[in-house]
Amino acid sequence: MSAISDTIDATPKSRGPWATALRRLLRDRAAVAALVVFVMIVVLCLLAPAYAQWAGTEPFKSTLDAVIKLNGQDVPVMEQSTEGLGLGYTPIGPTWQLGNYFLGADNQGRDVMARLLYGGLNSLFIAGMATVVTLFFATLIGLAAGFFGGIVDMLLSRFLDILWAFPVYLLAISLSIVLIAQGLDLGIITIESGSLWLPIFIIGVVYVPYVARPVRGQVLALRESEFVLAAIGLGVPSHRILLRDILPNVSTTLIVFVPIMMALNMITESALSFLSIGVQPPDASWGTIIQDGQTLLYTRPMVALAPGIAIVITVLALNVLGDGLRDALDPRSKIRIGRS
Amino acid sequence: MLKVRDLTVSFRTEQGIVRAVDGVSFDVGEGELLGVVGESGSGKTVSLLAVMGLITDPNAVIAGSIQYRGRELVGLKPRAMRELRGKEIAMIFQDPMTALTPVYTVGWQIAEQVLAHNKVSKAAAWQRAIDLLAEVNIPKPEEAAHRYPHQLSGGMRQRVVIAMALSCNPALLVADEPTTALDVTVQAQILDLLHKLRRNHGSAIVFITHDMGVMAEIADRMLVMYAGRVVERGTKQELFSAPMHPYTRALLDSIPPLTGEKPHRLKVIPGTPPNLLNRPPGCAFAPRCEMRFEKCTAEPSLGSAAHAAACFKVPA
Amino acid sequence: MIFALLQRIGQMAFVMFGISVLVFLIFFATPGADPAARIAGRNATPEVLEAVRKSFGFDQPIYVQYLTMMKKIFITGDLTSFVNRGWKVVPAVMDTVPVTLSLVIGAAVLWVFFALIIGIVAAATRGTWIDKTLMVLGLIGISMPVYWLGEMLNLITQSRYHDTWLFSWVPPLGYKNFSDDPKGWFLTLVIPWITLSILYIGLYGRVLRAAIVESLQEDFIRTARAKGLSETRILLRHALRTSLVAFVTLFGLDFGALVGGSALLTEVVFGLQGVGKLTYDALLNLDLPIIMTTVLYASFFVVMANAVVDILYMLIDPRVRTA
Repeated sequence: MSAISDTIDATPKSRGPWATALRRLLRDRAAVAALVVFVMIVVLCLLAPAYAQWAGTEPFKSTLDAVIKLNGQDVPVMEQSTEGLGLGYTPIGPTWQLGNYFLGADNQGRDVMARLLYGGLNSLFIAGMATVVTLFFATLIGLAAGFFGGIVDMLLSRFLDILWAFPVYLLAISLSIVLIAQGLDLGIITIESGSLWLPIFIIGVVYVPYVARPVRGQVLALRESEFVLAAIGLGVPSHRILLRDILPNVSTTLIVFVPIMMALNMITESALSFLSIGVQPPDASWGTIIQDGQTLLYTRPMVALAPGIAIVITVLALNVLGDGLRDALDPRSKIRIGRS
Repeated sequence: MLKVRDLTVSFRTEQGIVRAVDGVSFDVGEGELLGVVGESGSGKTVSLLAVMGLITDPNAVIAGSIQYRGRELVGLKPRAMRELRGKEIAMIFQDPMTALTPVYTVGWQIAEQVLAHNKVSKAAAWQRAIDLLAEVNIPKPEEAAHRYPHQLSGGMRQRVVIAMALSCNPALLVADEPTTALDVTVQAQILDLLHKLRRNHGSAIVFITHDMGVMAEIADRMLVMYAGRVVERGTKQELFSAPMHPYTRALLDSIPPLTGEKPHRLKVIPGTPPNLLNRPPGCAFAPRCEMRFEKCTAEPSLGSAAHAAACFKVPA
Repeated sequence: MIFALLQRIGQMAFVMFGISVLVFLIFFATPGADPAARIAGRNATPEVLEAVRKSFGFDQPIYVQYLTMMKKIFITGDLTSFVNRGWKVVPAVMDTVPVTLSLVIGAAVLWVFFALIIGIVAAATRGTWIDKTLMVLGLIGISMPVYWLGEMLNLITQSRYHDTWLFSWVPPLGYKNFSDDPKGWFLTLVIPWITLSILYIGLYGRVLRAAIVESLQEDFIRTARAKGLSETRILLRHALRTSLVAFVTLFGLDFGALVGGSALLTEVVFGLQGVGKLTYDALLNLDLPIIMTTVLYASFFVVMANAVVDILYMLIDPRVRTA
């Protein structure tokens, strides 16, 4: 009688690591909610041109003489100041009417709501592209340093050390100040002074050590693992080992870094723009709008408040998503959320 | 001294209820050494963790009775349990390499246990730690007390763990596979140590293992567990010379003989232990048993004899 | 032992050298740069440009300029600003140090204290609503740009609610010397302290909770329970103590960076003339001597912090000592 096979439980077929991770992620309600919020924000910002058109306001032109209809009355966008000495003009505050200077106007009479959406587009774009830049260079450097070791590792690690010892914000500010003035001319690539690619490049480069070091560490460990040693022993060429054995294992780390870096980059970009050395006029970003709102801080706080809240919500969503991704892909990972 | 009756430990999981321990009963007398044998998943560790009150999983449900010197432990308030634990009932675990806190000296850790249960001065506790280290044959105990765990070998660390467990003269020491992670020579030393300490302190020991050879050396009485139940109990002589349960016999058969003809292959028990999630009714061992017959679809009971087996082929 | 120490010092010196070169290159050698043009301003005639170049020594080869500047900073100490001629740089930087230290040390005390409480309480109540709430609060703390938070707090304390009893004590923005006016010193710093620490409280609270919870899964915790120790003692004496390493290392690095001038956003928003603000002003004015000095100062602290952290690591974790 071979009833043994009847009672031996067939082990359930595994779905594979990616599908398992996806299931785990989808079960994490906070992460799913965060993803939904983030997607909503992206969609809203993508609708910026549509909103501006519908609202009929000009988010990029100085419109000090604009007049809007409020509750049936004609109200000028820039009112006579009632504070202080009564000199100068104060823009109107939030009307809470969609399409009609919903959040009020800024110093140049521009529609804050429309600018908020356009600014969001820029902020998200910069954060995303900078993440790509960082991950690209960090992977290259991390793979090379970790896998080839020796001189290559020493040189690259020293380079990372120096880059990292330079406090992140100081480096970013230094680079921004110099490059904003004159643009970047590397021969093969030229980035003009007002282009968005300048902050993208700067922020991307500045955070390379942040990702490169963990990647290097992981590659170092993987290199000593048995399956890699076996591949080397069998004479598999380096580039194949890197591509087929090491890179897929490193990819989980990289994926977890995506939302984390995006969150970091958003805050960094907003800080640079706030200091007037990030996104340049006439472009807007959430940071530049906060800067716009500085002089109006005590009279029309909404101008500075709104973009800040937008940043907080977006970064929060990205952080929660990052947490969820990390738990889904590798519950024992040591990567944590936060600043340098 | 310890009376366990119908102990059941179930865990609520996403897929259902897992009964890790299913109606287990046994006694431990003062000063005796009870060996508990079984493969992984037999419930041997979980039963003793329940005795110690060390099951911290919020999804665990413990039912039955555990009586220590007349006191009921199931449902005992955590505070009261803590007073017993480490003082009257102690437990040591399998892997000595990770058993000790890395940031404190071994002397400090032993003294900590002494101070937790006895109102003595720090100096007295420290002295006791040194005395215990000497008792477990650690050379230069005054110096050793100042060492950190990572500075000691596995065998030494396990001795420290034993010293710590005996620091308050417990009536019962539970040892969960204490020698499995050590090599054979060190294993012998540790077993000798346990013998000696048992004589000096008079503690009863419950020794959990999957190794019949170790059982043969030290046990007075033995319990054989399978799939969360006790399938045979008796004295060491009874079980080794006249095993009643087919599982016990199969375990003994799988030990390669020291004398006689060398077998071609080791005798193994075919099949795997049952999934505790959905236990089929009847004898849990039946699917793998050579002697099964139609009665085995019912649940056999252990009976009350001193040497008893839960098997329908065995006269009750 | 001595060799290892020398090796370490050599490494530190190398890194600082590297940074100074990097800064120099950024400002003097980026493609398309002309420091003389920047200083002379737009629309400067070629003669003016030439004169500027000569007077600042820009016509010298790059490495000569670099060496001259290094000499002036370290050896003769008479490096002067490009923008305010005659203003000695090194003393100028030193003057701003107490301001930054006041800000950073105060914030650090706050953040360590609260992060410890939050981390421990969250770990002790893990899984409950207390834990979840604390972690969400921590996340919010991390998600707020520090300069925006500062502005919002200013809005509340200086303007909107300034007249209420809650915030009437908040003095106008700016720093008061401790030696002149201790009470004023304290009051001007309270809101900046809170602003700067919120980010770090969130970060460290989360890190600590994660580290403690991870520690609690270890085998030695099971042994500690078997010894009959109370859960509190296990949490504080065994789990926390082992997690402290991660906490301390992170703290050392962040603190070092802040002392070096990374708190510049907070300083700018609150009008505190600290190292960070000085660096920022110098950057805006492209005042290279000050930039050079402050960056060297900042990187010195970062490099120092790394070294101190390694030493602390050895002190806290006995396993590393014998390695």
